[in-house]
Amino acid sequence: MFLALRELVFARGRFALMGSVVALIAILMVLLSGLSVGLVNDGVSGLKKLPVSAFSFQKGTSTDGAFSRSTVDVSVAETWRGRSGVEDAAPFGNTLVNAKTDSGVDIDLALFGVEPGSFVAPQATNGEKLSDRGTVLLGQTAEEAGVRIGDTVVVDQLETPLKVTGFLDGQHTFGHVDVGYLDLRTWQEIRAGVRQGEEVPAHVYDQVTAIALKGDGIDLAAGDEALETKSLTLEESFGASPGYSAETSTLDLIQVFLYAISALVVGAFFTVVTIQRKHEIAVLRAMGSSTGRLLRDSLAQSLILLVAASAVGVGLGVAMGAAISGAPMPFQLDFGSIGAATAGLIVLGVIGAGVAVLRITRVDPLTALGGSR
Amino acid sequence: MSAKDVPGLVLDSVTLEHGDGEEMVTALDNVSLVVEPGEFVAIVGPSGSGKSSLLAVAGALVPPTSGKVQVGGVELTGMKPKELTRLRRDHIGFVFQSGNLVPALTALDQLRLPITFGKKVEPRDPATLLKEVGMDHRADRRPHQLSGGERQRVGIARALVTRPDLLLVDEPTAALDRQRSQEIVGLLAREAHEHGVATVMVTHDHDVLHHCDRVLSMVDGILSEYVPQTVSAR
Repeated sequence: MFLALRELVFARGRFALMGSVVALIAILMVLLSGLSVGLVNDGVSGLKKLPVSAFSFQKGTSTDGAFSRSTVDVSVAETWRGRSGVEDAAPFGNTLVNAKTDSGVDIDLALFGVEPGSFVAPQATNGEKLSDRGTVLLGQTAEEAGVRIGDTVVVDQLETPLKVTGFLDGQHTFGHVDVGYLDLRTWQEIRAGVRQGEEVPAHVYDQVTAIALKGDGIDLAAGDEALETKSLTLEESFGASPGYSAETSTLDLIQVFLYAISALVVGAFFTVVTIQRKHEIAVLRAMGSSTGRLLRDSLAQSLILLVAASAVGVGLGVAMGAAISGAPMPFQLDFGSIGAATAGLIVLGVIGAGVAVLRITRVDPLTALGGSR
Repeated sequence: MSAKDVPGLVLDSVTLEHGDGEEMVTALDNVSLVVEPGEFVAIVGPSGSGKSSLLAVAGALVPPTSGKVQVGGVELTGMKPKELTRLRRDHIGFVFQSGNLVPALTALDQLRLPITFGKKVEPRDPATLLKEVGMDHRADRRPHQLSGGERQRVGIARALVTRPDLLLVDEPTAALDRQRSQEIVGLLAREAHEHGVATVMVTHDHDVLHHCDRVLSMVDGILSEYVPQTVSAR
């Protein structure tokens, strides 16, 4: 460390330049991570907050469109409830609508239709529960959009009125729109396209999107076999949120590229530094410094550079992120994922530097003697 | 001065060959040499005569093709690379052409550096040693702020800080003017005598030989007594 530290100070301009590159990459990592978490939450936070282990959809439904295309008979819930490992099962409806409040706020909603009193029915922060008919509980973000308790949300075209009786704790969104919980029967009418005041055909009340299942160790495959359904775990069902897979895979790809770029940049930097120090390293080895010591010194140097630069970058990134978080943008700082990303950045950087400084082992101490052959 | 009773360096019938087949070059041809503690030996000879090869073999950087090498009473034959590195660290000091100092370090830190390589029993005090070579007023300067002669002084002090048994000096005056050359070689002689270091200096410079206890000549890999050139020899 004796030499490593003094070299950092001596070549501070060069190391500062390199450190800025790493810091900028770290800022980008933090912002991407925030965007990633924000988008995920925007897409599936409504699902994440459900006390559900799995959803059972119509047989043959493809995952990406499961919530919009699947139709299952309500009675399937009863059959699931009888199977081993299933603690509870309840019908679950999910449909996207455009709506407007009577105070003139445009609001797009993901309507979750559930039976009042079933295990999927939520409770609002003001203690309100789902009533039997025509009320809706909205996610907190809808309140930020200007909806108030007592407002009436009117579904476009159908003119179905839904009275807002409460808000749910935290973010509840699905496919980038706010979630609204309502009773199953009203949901079924909306899903069937029944206008206000029209006669409702009886079969409408038999259909839901999926059956929500709760319980550990449910044998989904066997259940699907017997009931002719297609079940997805809660995690798998995230892929059925509109745009979810495309968004997350794009961001993941960008992050992977950032890691690779950072490792290569750090590796290239230390390659140049090591080549420049070649003669010096030959002298040190002739003087009796072991290769292990020289390698450790160089790795320690890269670690100090990476840790310091990432700390600065993450600090700036978090500050910028905090500023962005206020804006209407799917951005959320998650310290777990930022920590993991920073660790990845540092580990890959050290690996890049490690490959570069291995050159030290190939320096012949004999070259320290001028004119020696 | 030295309490040691073993020679600093023993070369016993050392031969070093490079290359293979037709291209075989004999760099050292059956060279034998004993340097006692405190003795200052100079080796002169034209370029390519094998002077540097001798330093490389004596400095445990290159194993000889045949023959034996001892440094401070330690036999080098059969040592592993790691053991040779440790031997260089603990028993050998190198003074290179034009100093070869580490650019990032101040003069004082150049002397501290070899001490960090391992647990040598009693290194000399860097500050005192720097004063001894007349560089204490430049202790906080880095190599690019020093003159050629100053760099060489620091280089000599750096080689001596771990109290080596053997000091190997490679063309120390190559980049210096006459005045500085005399001072540097004089310093080497004083250190060798006062601290009992066996010193071998390879040089082109015939003007500094009067500082040395013994002068040898190297031609085509063969080591022999030096015969000063006279006017009649022309």
